Amino acid sequence: MMAGFQPVLLWTDALLFLLLLAGVGVVLHARAQPPLRQAWRKVGERATGMVSACVLGVFIVIGVMDSLHYRPQLAQLEGAAGPSETYSAEVLSLLDRVLEPLRLNTEKTYSAPLAATLYQRETVETGGGQVRTYPRLQHGGAHLQAPEAEFAPDLARRLGHAAGLAVVASVALLAALAVGLAARHGGPIRAAAAVLAGRTVLAWRAAWVACSIIALVVAVVVMLAPYYHVLGTDKVGQDVLYLSLKSVRTALVIGTVTTLVMLPFAIALGIAAGYLGGWVDDAVQYVYTVLNAIPSVLLIAAAVLMMQVVIDTHPHWFGTAAERSDARLLALCFILGITSWTGLCRLLRGETLKLRELEYVQAARAFGVGTTGILRRHILPNVMHIVLIALVMDFSGLVLAEAVLSYVGIGVDPTTISFGTMINLARAELAREPMVWWSLAAAFVFMFVLVLAANLFADVVRDAFDPRWR
Amino acid sequence: MLAYIVRRLLYAIPILVGVNLLTFVLFFVVNSPDDMARMQIGVKRATPEAIERWKVERGYDRPLLVNTEAKGLERVTDTIFFDKSLRMFAFDFGQADDGRDIGREIRTRMGPSLAIALPTFALGLFAAVSMALLLVFFRATYLDFWGVVLCVGMMSISSLFYIIGGQWLVSKLWALVPISGYAGGLDAARFLVLPVLISVIGGVGSSVRWYRTLFLEEISRDYVRTARAKGLSELAVLFRHVLKNAMIPILTGVVVLIPLLFLGSLLVESFFAIPGLGSYTIDAINAQDFAVVRAMVFIGSLLYIVGLILTDLSYTLVDPRVRLG
Repeated sequence: MMAGFQPVLLWTDALLFLLLLAGVGVVLHARAQPPLRQAWRKVGERATGMVSACVLGVFIVIGVMDSLHYRPQLAQLEGAAGPSETYSAEVLSLLDRVLEPLRLNTEKTYSAPLAATLYQRETVETGGGQVRTYPRLQHGGAHLQAPEAEFAPDLARRLGHAAGLAVVASVALLAALAVGLAARHGGPIRAAAAVLAGRTVLAWRAAWVACSIIALVVAVVVMLAPYYHVLGTDKVGQDVLYLSLKSVRTALVIGTVTTLVMLPFAIALGIAAGYLGGWVDDAVQYVYTVLNAIPSVLLIAAAVLMMQVVIDTHPHWFGTAAERSDARLLALCFILGITSWTGLCRLLRGETLKLRELEYVQAARAFGVGTTGILRRHILPNVMHIVLIALVMDFSGLVLAEAVLSYVGIGVDPTTISFGTMINLARAELAREPMVWWSLAAAFVFMFVLVLAANLFADVVRDAFDPRWR
Repeated sequence: MLAYIVRRLLYAIPILVGVNLLTFVLFFVVNSPDDMARMQIGVKRATPEAIERWKVERGYDRPLLVNTEAKGLERVTDTIFFDKSLRMFAFDFGQADDGRDIGREIRTRMGPSLAIALPTFALGLFAAVSMALLLVFFRATYLDFWGVVLCVGMMSISSLFYIIGGQWLVSKLWALVPISGYAGGLDAARFLVLPVLISVIGGVGSSVRWYRTLFLEEISRDYVRTARAKGLSELAVLFRHVLKNAMIPILTGVVVLIPLLFLGSLLVESFFAIPGLGSYTIDAINAQDFAVVRAMVFIGSLLYIVGLILTDLSYTLVDPRVRLG
């Protein structure tokens, strides 16, 4: 077993954690400010808001688990000389550790979801001679003696267990909710009844139903994954479920770190251009018109090509393969950020132009408050809702963009597991006879759920924070 | 009007210069031509002689900005910047890495790109506006609600899946049209139907939602109430008043796109093997052909600026209150 490990902090990990920290900060800040609390409560009152937040929460947990990286210690060879502790060059994450059976149980090639045999016939040596047959998988359904007869009862038994677990989790969740809301509704029993009847202020019933469904899905996967390839295996025998879960982090990093990267530029330049006017305004407008004038895919392509050359010509910068692909991921975030800050910058400039003419800003100026003071205390807080809306609205677009760019070959490193690389690998499989559909279907479902949840959440946030909309 | 156009064209020059400088910095300063040569030849086979030969063949052996060895005007003209960047303003794009003339390639590939992009654009606009009007007509009913839900769902599907799914369903399963390819003349229609259809369907979700909010915003105005009060039917209100008054925001989003149609769609063209500018760009990206990518960037930005000017001009057509000057 693993003796020790060396924690590894990749750049994107650090930024992702920084973002999480910032998120916690925003929550604490919003709790203290009545208007913000009001707006977020509006998000919670809508069933769509609660449900999409629950779904996004699951994706975030997966992404965070996949961002806790480490290098496992290698087993010491008997009598070997050298340093007392050596670490593997392979960088793993907590998610890899949890999914160890999925990561290591690779098959020879394609196998269908929940199959016990390979997808194609092979010539197998038996005692007497050679037979063309579907060979048994090494891991998928390996515990079955006679797959044809035992598969259905085994599946039913495991699904039954999963359903039982899900019901327990769901009831426990309801109990926790009831206890949490007890003070407001006069006792836990009444609180539970209020949740079930949908009479709570926040849409707790919707959240409870969503979490119950998530619990069911998780339970099914937990019960089946160690024994079967729930979503099948791909060409080189890797578990598709594992690939899909690993893709989540890439999508989250692209969707969030990109905005983190561009945010300081957009805010600083947008506010400065709007408030200061004059040559600052001209310069900022010139910069974003130039950037806008270039079709974004081409700008991204050009920048990615350049970055690839830099990374390829400086291999000594990166200690491990993971660091290398992480550098490429981070660079992609930067490049996407550079092409996407212009829209927000323009919005902020327009809003600042309007704000600077308002009475309270003029009054502040008349009282002799300095420019930085006005910008920090009066302008910045009043444009933050635009920033927030832009943040959540951009997320889904960036996730979709990553898939397309990786597919075109100007996205993440080919060794990084992402939805784009998954689709790229899976594309030729549709032409196979018989068709291999599960890799594409898995990428489709995971991406669809993630992006749909993000879109719905973004809508609710915009409704709550932007009074002009609707 | 003419003075306005001339002034706008003059404004465009610094922007084009900016684009040009940006791509120059991206392509030649961040990475030296040596790095490019090494990538092209392959790191293992890149001997100093091979790199030198590669650079001489493509004209990258000169200094970047100032040629100290040359005399007179050649000090500036015999440089990479002049040869590779400034010549673009004369639409002289030089040669691609495979030796073909980029300018000619662009002219021949523009046709197929337009053959896909124009019908897609027109059909997409028509479909989106009419569906948005339909949703607005039935606003606050179940049809409106589920229409918006459908739009959000369609927005959440990656364009890759529209293409892969469409190709699989229509071309492979139903075998209605060929999977990919292109032919000249009227024969092209057979190859164009599916890509156009897929592009329209793939883009309709987000645009319907966008137009719907535009129309809803417009419908709460006073003049609409007046129009209803004087007894106009809801359809007449929608078509004669709301649609007309929503033209400015529609044009703002749409006219900029028209010139960019020349560039085609990277994804659709490469999936359907249509010899347009989109697939040309993708091939150039994959082959790391910097000359072609730079030419496309330049053309793209030029067309964008043309689009901006066209947008402003189109305002005067739909709204007589707008005066340019």
